[in-house]
Amino acid sequence: MLVISCIKQVPDTTQVKIDPVTNTLVREGIPFIVNPYDTHALEEGLALKDRYGLLAIAISMGPPNTEATLKKACALGVDQAILLSDRAFGGADTLATSQVLASAIDRLGKEEEVGIVFCGKQTIDGDTAQVGPGIATRLGFTQLTLVDRIEWLDVPNKRIRVRRKLEGRHEIVEAPLPVVITAVRELNRPRYPTVPMRLSAQETPVALWDNQVLQLDVETVGLKGSATWVSKIFSPERDQGEIIGDGVNDPEGTAHLLLDKMLAKDLLAL
Amino acid sequence: MPSTQIYFLPLFVIALVAFCFSCYQRLQLVAVGTSEDRFDRPGERLAGMFRYAFGQERVLARPYGLNHFALFWAFMLLLVANVSFLAEGLFSGFTLSALPAPLHHVLGLAFDLVSVVALVSVAVALARRLFFAPSYLGNDYTKACSGEALLILALIATLMVAFFLLNAAQIALGAEQTLRPVSGALATLLQGMPQASLELVASASWWVHAVVLLLFMNLLPRSKHMHILTAIPNCYFRNLEKPNVQPRESFELGKRFGVSEVAQFSWKDLLDSFSCTECGRCQDLCPAHNTGKPLNPRRIIHDIKVNLLENGVANAGKKQLPLIGEKAEGTSCEDALWSCTTCGACLSVCPVLIEHMPKIVKMRRHLVQEKARFPEELLNLFENMEQRSNPWGIAPSERGKWANLLGDKEFVAGKTEYLFFVGCAGSFDSRAKQTTVALATVLDKAGVTWGILGREELCCGDSVRRLGNEFVFDRMARENVAKFKEKGVTKIVTQCPHCFSTLKNDYRQYGLELEVLHHSELIARLVQEGKLPAAKGVNLGKTLFHDSCYLGRHNDTFAAPRQVIEAATGAAPGEFERQKENGFCCGAGGGRMWMEEQIGTRINHDRVNEALKQQPDTICVSCPYCMTMLEDGLKDQGAEKVRVKDIAEVMAEAIN
Repeated sequence: MLVISCIKQVPDTTQVKIDPVTNTLVREGIPFIVNPYDTHALEEGLALKDRYGLLAIAISMGPPNTEATLKKACALGVDQAILLSDRAFGGADTLATSQVLASAIDRLGKEEEVGIVFCGKQTIDGDTAQVGPGIATRLGFTQLTLVDRIEWLDVPNKRIRVRRKLEGRHEIVEAPLPVVITAVRELNRPRYPTVPMRLSAQETPVALWDNQVLQLDVETVGLKGSATWVSKIFSPERDQGEIIGDGVNDPEGTAHLLLDKMLAKDLLAL
Repeated sequence: MPSTQIYFLPLFVIALVAFCFSCYQRLQLVAVGTSEDRFDRPGERLAGMFRYAFGQERVLARPYGLNHFALFWAFMLLLVANVSFLAEGLFSGFTLSALPAPLHHVLGLAFDLVSVVALVSVAVALARRLFFAPSYLGNDYTKACSGEALLILALIATLMVAFFLLNAAQIALGAEQTLRPVSGALATLLQGMPQASLELVASASWWVHAVVLLLFMNLLPRSKHMHILTAIPNCYFRNLEKPNVQPRESFELGKRFGVSEVAQFSWKDLLDSFSCTECGRCQDLCPAHNTGKPLNPRRIIHDIKVNLLENGVANAGKKQLPLIGEKAEGTSCEDALWSCTTCGACLSVCPVLIEHMPKIVKMRRHLVQEKARFPEELLNLFENMEQRSNPWGIAPSERGKWANLLGDKEFVAGKTEYLFFVGCAGSFDSRAKQTTVALATVLDKAGVTWGILGREELCCGDSVRRLGNEFVFDRMARENVAKFKEKGVTKIVTQCPHCFSTLKNDYRQYGLELEVLHHSELIARLVQEGKLPAAKGVNLGKTLFHDSCYLGRHNDTFAAPRQVIEAATGAAPGEFERQKENGFCCGAGGGRMWMEEQIGTRINHDRVNEALKQQPDTICVSCPYCMTMLEDGLKDQGAEKVRVKDIAEVMAEAIN
């Protein structure tokens, strides 16, 4: 049985700046990282591999330099890493992205049964949280979003029970496999790669699947297959704040003023 | 005494063979270790051997060491006496009397006197262990009054007494003519005895002496008194580099990383384990041990020895008795390894130059690199270091922001003399940034041209290296060295002793030989050269100076920061009780800065309480880590009124 983790390489958003003139993201020289939520998706796949002997696979759609991200997944212990990369896939929104990912998962499923697909709950660059559900819908898998714990997995009977982390409450859900699970940070603590694994990852090839392999209609992928496009990116103007009290000479009094203000605006729960 | 020879010869041969066999066994165990070049610079090595082994420099650093010094040199002289004693027992014609009379007399007198010295030393040692043993002599696996210690002392005393009785009997018999005041006095007591009795006393004393001597010889390799044989070579093969920079690792597939089995230690590491005398001085100074952590540097060395002996040559490479695991004799626990602040106190105090701390780092390397097993706080640290090259994971673009108000401060080779390597704390930590700005002010006032790398500056990698993440350190070091070369850097000034020591010492392994100065050294130099405006004599009240381990103990820079404070305040700073080489760590070194301190009491509290006894107004530091730890410690103890200031801030205030 396969457990597939979908991961995305994203710009390190803490380092992204917006060009004040053109209102676009300045991406030059910004290092890429693995989308933080996806590191939990990857970890859970590896944990299930360790516990149940499932075959762990990492897939990622992106430009050729995404190979670096997949190498990291190899260093953490995935059995196979596949890069889905083609000029035709470029400029994709969530609709087109889930199309490519679902097609790759479908293809993998022809060789061996897919049990679980893990995705991060969302990416930190797009923040839509649509790709996971998109994959589930396209493949007809049960979707279990915002999962913070796997209660149990019954491989022979192909059932899983998970806990979903919702606002102010948890929800325990049981479903038949195959499922798509989107991971929140609380799901696990990602592991750290050992040096021998890092070194062997450097030698491990990352499989490249382009559209020659996937044979998708170019109208359904990339920019052409996208239903949305970004017209403008900008930093919202922030209203000027207010300086209260005299923090230098009366820090205690100022703190009281601040507390009163926050209480008045109901920003603090007592 | 022909009959003596008949019986003694086989006894001697058996004892000698047994002794050689024990030594050979231990040598074989040492040879299990990996290779390491400790054969270079023989002149320097010999000089050190005389200084530390024969001169007993470090033994004498504590008053009681005088007793050991006396015993050591008594042994050295008595070695001649005992060799001649054995030779007399083996070869009928052999006698020291054959030597020219004056020499013979001098030797006789010397042997008599040093035997008294030895006897007194043994008595003092016994009394110390029985009545006034310092707390560090014992620990969880051995007592100050261990059976082994008492047995050895008893054997030495017996040897001396038998030696005196033998000589006294011989003098009484008229067989010995040399001037031996002690034996002579004893001889007058025996004077009235019949000759046969005297001969019996002589013969019995001779046999007691002979048997005990052979027994003693055979006990050496099988006890902690092995140090009598190994301490001298251990001093010869010591690490010549100061500070003790951990060796590089090469990262190739199929290799092992760090140490998880004794056989992965170098032969010198293993020789160290046989050289430990269990004196406990490392334990006495260790900040971790002093605050109730499971680490005891002496225990680390002891466990390596026990592990090596237990597993033997055949199993040293297998994990019959694990080297790292559940705490047991022969096994170090992970908590102990993670407790080390790499302050180097153990290294600097060990009389026989055992290198404890590097072994801890080697074992950490195994845990981090082969097992990815470490306290959970470190996961963030490692990822932040790898992704953003600073411990907090702050965007690198923020690095140079502190200098925004100072105008263009980019380092340009030829235009700016010094690269100011600000370091992560100096760039991102709000308190340390004040030191950074103060140093910039001082440098500007002195007319020193300096520049920074700004967002291009990377972390030096100190913490990751000490934590055993050599793979990441290796990458950071190579990137930094390439950057320094690309930028044409020749002189560096740092405000952090960790950056300072790493750039200056660790990077030499990467072919970088630059003039690296800690800001205390540069400011002290500027003061001496009269480049700074006259100081106003800033009043900090009662000051205390806290030594940074990586500036002081590791790099022997004790005077410079004190000179800076004296120049700025007009008075030498007050001193902690534990200072300079004996200084007590703030608790943040060795990557401990980024870890929780959940076991025992807090190291910074220990240090702050030591300071508060003297009721200081200002504690001066020269390291951003010490700054954080002491400020936090003072807050915890409700003593926020005591200020902590970096020496750069003190100087900036004085010349402003």
